Amino acid sequence: MIKTGAEILCECLVKEGVEVIFGFPGGVLLPLYDTLPKYPQLRHILVRHEQGAAHAADGYARVTGKVGVCLATSGPGATNLVTGIATAHLDSVPMLAITGQVPTFFIGKDAFQEVDITGITVPITKYNHLVLDTAELATAVREALYIAQAGRPGPVLLDIPRDILQGRTEFIFPDKVDLPGYKPRLYGHPAQIKKAAELINSAERPVIIAGRGVNISKAFSELKELAEKSQIPVVTTFLGIGCFPESHVLSYGWLGMHGMGYANKAVYNSDLVIAIGMRFDDRATGVVSSFAPNARIIHIDIDPAEIGKNLTVDVPIVGDIKNILQVMNKQIVKRDHIAWLTQLDELRSIHPALEVRDHEGLLPQYVIKQIHEVTGGDAIIVTDVGQHQMWAGQYFFYDKPNSLVSSGGLGTMGFGLPASMGAKVGAPDETVWCICGDGGFQMTVQELATMAQEDLDINIAIFNNGWLGMVRQWQELIYEKRYFGTKLYNPDFVKIAEAYGIKGRRVTRKIDVRPAIEESMAHRGPFVIEFLVEPEENVYPFVPPGKTLVEFLEMPRPTVNLKK
Amino acid sequence: MPHEQGDGKLIRKHILVALVEDRPGVLNRIASTLRRRNFNIESIAVGHIEIPNLSRMTIVVEADDNKVEQVRKQLDRLIEVIRISDITNDNPVAREMAMIKVKATPSTRGEIIQVVDIFRANIVDVSADSLIIVVTGDEEKVDTLIELLRGFGIREMSRTGTIALPRGGAGPLTIEENKPLRHVVEHVAPEEENLPNW
Repeated sequence: MIKTGAEILCECLVKEGVEVIFGFPGGVLLPLYDTLPKYPQLRHILVRHEQGAAHAADGYARVTGKVGVCLATSGPGATNLVTGIATAHLDSVPMLAITGQVPTFFIGKDAFQEVDITGITVPITKYNHLVLDTAELATAVREALYIAQAGRPGPVLLDIPRDILQGRTEFIFPDKVDLPGYKPRLYGHPAQIKKAAELINSAERPVIIAGRGVNISKAFSELKELAEKSQIPVVTTFLGIGCFPESHVLSYGWLGMHGMGYANKAVYNSDLVIAIGMRFDDRATGVVSSFAPNARIIHIDIDPAEIGKNLTVDVPIVGDIKNILQVMNKQIVKRDHIAWLTQLDELRSIHPALEVRDHEGLLPQYVIKQIHEVTGGDAIIVTDVGQHQMWAGQYFFYDKPNSLVSSGGLGTMGFGLPASMGAKVGAPDETVWCICGDGGFQMTVQELATMAQEDLDINIAIFNNGWLGMVRQWQELIYEKRYFGTKLYNPDFVKIAEAYGIKGRRVTRKIDVRPAIEESMAHRGPFVIEFLVEPEENVYPFVPPGKTLVEFLEMPRPTVNLKK
Repeated sequence: MPHEQGDGKLIRKHILVALVEDRPGVLNRIASTLRRRNFNIESIAVGHIEIPNLSRMTIVVEADDNKVEQVRKQLDRLIEVIRISDITNDNPVAREMAMIKVKATPSTRGEIIQVVDIFRANIVDVSADSLIIVVTGDEEKVDTLIELLRGFGIREMSRTGTIALPRGGAGPLTIEENKPLRHVVEHVAPEEENLPNW
């Protein structure tokens, strides 16, 4: 059947199971926007800035595990996606970014709204492609969606010129994808798995570090089986939070710069690190040369290029985690590791980093704890980037996979608000909390209009401390309180919400926290709560840059508690 | 020449050979990956091979073994790269070609021709005041000839960069008939495939 390029694009997206497109129109996309209404299966959500489209598609993908799709016009539309694409790239999020391009006969001539977006996005996409023939469009879309989610997922960009969208050709949906250069390895090498199992069986102080790869591979039950069978403590990375229930007796929190002290010590004192679907990021390892100095390291990852990148490992296994653990678990013997677990439990009691201290003012940690209590932990928490992000990781307890959505690798301020839209669209039956700072919130504040237009039931908590808090904390602790460029003059966030037609509340006292949270949850539609929190609160524990994981600073605690 | 860096790592020249899809943008992606890891590309040569729609690239970089292996894996990750291998240790036959236009007067011409003969190079163009010499050989041979010709006055020159093939039977990039292009085919249990050891 003869179809236009725009129709072929829509047909392919429908056939591939795409349900939502976060987009923003423009000149060269008009043929597509003229076609989209004929495909009501494709829900189009109009964002207010293309960056919002990319982050929303990202949030959608993290919650559903499906490919998130965003759409932008040529030139500035395309460049506005760049931050969102880079965010998805660093956190291995499956995403398809579709950009319009000037007609092929204009390409390379500095035409109006022309930019070489495939050139710009080479280092931040898993793959990108400029489509130059309507006849290859169907194949290009299929390949793009396959590549985005196969192996180690990542963002893929398709650049489609206007005349390709307008061109007509016979529509043939390719029945298979043939990419000779891309065949991700799905099964681990049996000999390597055997070696790893032997190391695990003979280890006295093993620790599992589980990363986002476990979420991507959906290897939750396999990870649990491994941990329980051999009684191995599980520490996650920040992005791995939720891949192993935090209420589990073998869960020892998450490691890293602001990770729990006992998690860092568990890794440091171990004799075997079983790293699963994580990439030894510098925020997770501290000084990498003294990361787990007495441990052998098993590294399971689907991407061979991660092996040996940041540190030398003893047993690398390349493949899909689920498949590898299924084979490996059969070779694991039962152990109890009582001495090791007792030692860790002692550490946990010495470093009870997660208690909210007694304080008259409104502590951000207290607010997070209250959100946890009111929701019963049954919520998807979407964060922005900064202090509140770390507190959201520390003071909320995650038992469900993919229940924390956060920009880890790139640390993108402005991620939270649009990503929470994507999360809500992807999981409409879940309670979604967007936790933002006053700084990051204002980077993508315009998406409140999208939320209002789509009537998305999202609870938004703004932690207003009047500072760019994380930078201020570094200026305080490392630059001797020479505060510069971090104090914020803020608008009235409640009035901002109201201007967008969204209900808002301001909370300044502890006593009002819970009622406000409950009111927000009872309210249908978006709801903004501005918490005026303690302005100079710091995130602890804190591993200063250039230090090892166990050289963390803890919250200064008064030696005598006068209140008692 | 191989030399040690401050941290004791041995820096030497590596020859990477790759089979890639013959499409626009592939060279850009490869160069971009190398640039990101701060490699200086000594030479890069690309050309078609016996299989349609595929090209072979020979990339020469100078770095320590670990760093090269890391970037090799990152290059292998590119969708258009079908196979890539570091053949430095396989004692490959490595050759390059250079064209050198050298000043020649009636009094020096004879001497230049002697040098050219010793190197088994060819003179491909003669004009009143210059000669174009074509030489093929390993890098050292080409370097030596250029040094000798420098005394006569080099007007222009152009080098192809190294191309290389491993000696003996099947090399790491050899594509056998009826065999998939890639070592690993999805959904095939690993025992049936000859996998690298991890």
